[in-house]
Amino acid sequence: MPDTRPNNYLLHIDNIYKQYGDNMVLDNIDLSVNAGELCTVVGPSGCGKSTLLRLILGQEQATSGDIFLDGKQIGLPDTQRGVVFQRYSLFPHLTVLDNVCMGRRLPQSWAENRRQKKLIIEEATHFIEKVNLSVDDLHKYPHELSGGMQQRVAIAQALISKPRILLMDEPFGALDPQTREYLQLFLLEIWEQQKMTIFFVTHDLEEAAFIGTRMFALSQYYTDDRGEGDSINRGAKIVADHRLPPVASSSEIKHHPAFIKLIENIRQAAFDPTFLQHAKDFNLKHPDAFQTLTAEEQQTSF
Amino acid sequence: MKSIRPKLFGLHAAPSFRLNILLASLPFILLIAAYLIAADIRHQDNPQDKLMPSVSQMVDAVDRMAFTEDKRTGQYLMLEDTLSSLKRLAMGVVIAAFIGLLLGLNMAMFPGLQATLFSGVTFVSMIPPLAILPILFIVVGIDELAKVSLIVIGLFPLISRDIYLTVKKLPTEQVTKALTLGASELAVVYRIVLPQIIPRLIDSIRLSLGAAWLFLIASEAIASTDGLGYRIFLVRRYLAMDVIIPYVLWVTVLGFLFDWLLRWGVARFFPWYHKT
Repeated sequence: MPDTRPNNYLLHIDNIYKQYGDNMVLDNIDLSVNAGELCTVVGPSGCGKSTLLRLILGQEQATSGDIFLDGKQIGLPDTQRGVVFQRYSLFPHLTVLDNVCMGRRLPQSWAENRRQKKLIIEEATHFIEKVNLSVDDLHKYPHELSGGMQQRVAIAQALISKPRILLMDEPFGALDPQTREYLQLFLLEIWEQQKMTIFFVTHDLEEAAFIGTRMFALSQYYTDDRGEGDSINRGAKIVADHRLPPVASSSEIKHHPAFIKLIENIRQAAFDPTFLQHAKDFNLKHPDAFQTLTAEEQQTSF
Repeated sequence: MKSIRPKLFGLHAAPSFRLNILLASLPFILLIAAYLIAADIRHQDNPQDKLMPSVSQMVDAVDRMAFTEDKRTGQYLMLEDTLSSLKRLAMGVVIAAFIGLLLGLNMAMFPGLQATLFSGVTFVSMIPPLAILPILFIVVGIDELAKVSLIVIGLFPLISRDIYLTVKKLPTEQVTKALTLGASELAVVYRIVLPQIIPRLIDSIRLSLGAAWLFLIASEAIASTDGLGYRIFLVRRYLAMDVIIPYVLWVTVLGFLFDWLLRWGVARFFPWYHKT
């Protein structure tokens, strides 16, 4: 029976391995994501979550395995995938307005841009207002904005290209706690409004559980039937895949017992180097979760 | 409250504005004073001394060179010299900057071009430009072209390597970001990266202006009929220090002026440059 998964999901990742030299980073990753989902990916530092994002983005290539977007193999970065980095998302030499306009101007010729000048500026201003920046900020340069404002501009800049999926790599990682929470709520609002699919990488467990509708935990702390020892070059796997309550519109949920319990579970499964689950026992109960272990990873006993 | 910062000495010194000005002018005052005293001593021995001309001798010389028509040509010599030198300097620097920018930018962005050109440019940059001046005179003649080419050959490897390093230091996120916004490969290079390195190009020009003057004056000294370098080496035959010293000062002032202008231009037109 042919595998129909690539066509049924917006994003489908199948048997991805990523190695840097001898160092295995991503070890047989499988995942599929439905359109409209706000997926968060957590994991200890160095587990390869940013690498996974860069693979989906097309900035780097997997050592082996396939990534499908809308059923088609992905290539180099293009307008299908938008991105917001922790830093360097904005072009430092352009004003806020020009930064956001770029998504409309870059794909077009100079003549077309001239003809549509007013239209493009109107559209960009619309997106800038959507991310709660005022008209006074339009002609400021990125260095004149606070970190939180810069990230909001970066979101507007990504939105104007109408990507199929928005990839965010620790977008709020460099912000202070208040700004961070404000931007989390703000992102949820934008996500609901725009009916977007978001792939959100963070090292902050609470953030991931708070904003996501689905949360993956990526970790190198697990075991399987390949045995132990230095010759076994294990990389990170998805060790947990949870469905989360649709939308937390208030930060009060962070104090709810169930929320705290979930965070504790994932902290143990992914962040505790001494807690080694077997690969076949991972909590992958999410309806879209799937896992194909190799014969070495799961040896059948007779 | 009494300031805990010392006025002048130590890591935490905070000289006041007036002290700053005083300190900055100190080397100039000392230099001029030393010259005047030494010149005066020499003139007491020999009022006709040519090696260390007095201020009035130099003023006379400047008046003769800059503010009196030359009897033979009917021109103001210092003005003519300055104009022809600056024309050569400007042409050389602009052409070198243009070549250096395109080479450095494209080598840094396209690995194929880097593989092809990088070692070549590095090799050329090791050639001492003055050593190939005779070759230039033989090949392209002793006209303007030779002098301009010397500046170009001396400057472009330096500028292109500097631009190359600057482009390599840009975060890769910028390229990825531009691609996700729908930029073509050429658009990434010429619409996203190029505008970001223009201020660095200007800085690079500033730093290489000294070398440009060196090449200009060297080539003018060897084969020319006008120009600041030509004049300095011409009057050297008559030990005319009263002309040489004002000419050297004038070249220095011009260099200082260009440096200041370029720095001002960067601050004025690229306000984001030093903030990122």
